[in-house]
Amino acid sequence: MAALLLREIVDSFCLTVVDKNCNLNVPVEVSDINRPGLALAGYLQHFDEQRIQVIGTAESAFLETLSENLATERWLSFINLHFPCLVITRNIILPERWLQLAANRQLPVFRTRLATTRFIAQLTNYLEHKLAPSTTLHAVLVDVHGVGTLIIGESGIGKSETALDLIKRGHRLVADDAVEVTCTEENVLTGTAPEVLRHVMEVRGLGILNVKALFGIGAVRPNQKIHLVIQLEEWDQAKAYDRLGLDEEHHEILGVGLPCKTIPVRPGRNLSNIIEVAAMNYRLNKSGYNAVEDFIEKQRKFCLGNAPE
Amino acid sequence: MIEIQVTITNTSGLHARPAAQFVQKAATFKSKVKIAANNKVADGKSILAVMSMGLKQNTQITITTEGEDEKECSKALEDMIKSNFGEE
Repeated sequence: MAALLLREIVDSFCLTVVDKNCNLNVPVEVSDINRPGLALAGYLQHFDEQRIQVIGTAESAFLETLSENLATERWLSFINLHFPCLVITRNIILPERWLQLAANRQLPVFRTRLATTRFIAQLTNYLEHKLAPSTTLHAVLVDVHGVGTLIIGESGIGKSETALDLIKRGHRLVADDAVEVTCTEENVLTGTAPEVLRHVMEVRGLGILNVKALFGIGAVRPNQKIHLVIQLEEWDQAKAYDRLGLDEEHHEILGVGLPCKTIPVRPGRNLSNIIEVAAMNYRLNKSGYNAVEDFIEKQRKFCLGNAPE
Repeated sequence: MIEIQVTITNTSGLHARPAAQFVQKAATFKSKVKIAANNKVADGKSILAVMSMGLKQNTQITITTEGEDEKECSKALEDMIKSNFGEE
């Protein structure tokens, strides 16, 4: 499970750290956020200790309606629960001794000038992105006619060469050789290049090339949703390759099944051409037209028409 | 499948030339080669993937080889790292 340190959140959101001595190396493991209204009202059951707590106008105004003793008592029982950190929005000023109590039990407290809902929305987005399951694949990711096409296959089979050909045809490179894949939403995989490898590719015999410098900004893109997997493999005489396109093969990455086409490599086969067509066919299928079904239906009628009386 | 752990000892780590040497050596074998370190895994036959790991001196890496010549492959790569890639 991925984890994020408080330090990174503080830096990304420019949060003010109330007690400079607090420990910022605490990990945050869930993207859920809680407004502790119920806890401050005295209900402490079902409190998720992994969540970041956010206090806004409503919570602080509520505490002000309580008598001083009761408010302090509620505050104490709240901060004695375990949670990664507390964020106070709209730069609301809480009583100094409350903050001191939090500091005493080493609870990191931050402040932001953002409004509560806005801050929660931004933080949720950020956390979901940062905490999403991810993996690095040995593959090439190209945007072909808007279809995120992941080319996989053994080392030396010609993935980069095929990608280069696709770029020359006007398609866009996302990542060569190492693709960082993140599952940001349910069943959605996004690929990007590791920072050092951005826009760079390696072609045997030429070495390392910078695609952006060679072909321009239009030939690259920073990230892309992955729609289709193309598996390149050496032509195996004994293996039966798909002739109709009826069988839907799937390739699983991070638990998400993606449609996959296995393309045999043999001299004389123009791979970039085939991949371009595979991407167009994918779009055609998505738009509701399936050539195979259409053809098979026609052929079935044809057979029926020829049936003896 | 063979898994070995090696510590990178050469001063500059797996930067350009050592990485290229490593990948070239790996590519002479039929076995699949994977390098794992710092929670990342890279294909040991891909120069960019290996370089993107940013492996410094004193990093411990795990090399996994799998295939008909896995023994020889594993040995050759281990020797290469231990010899500091011919650096001083």
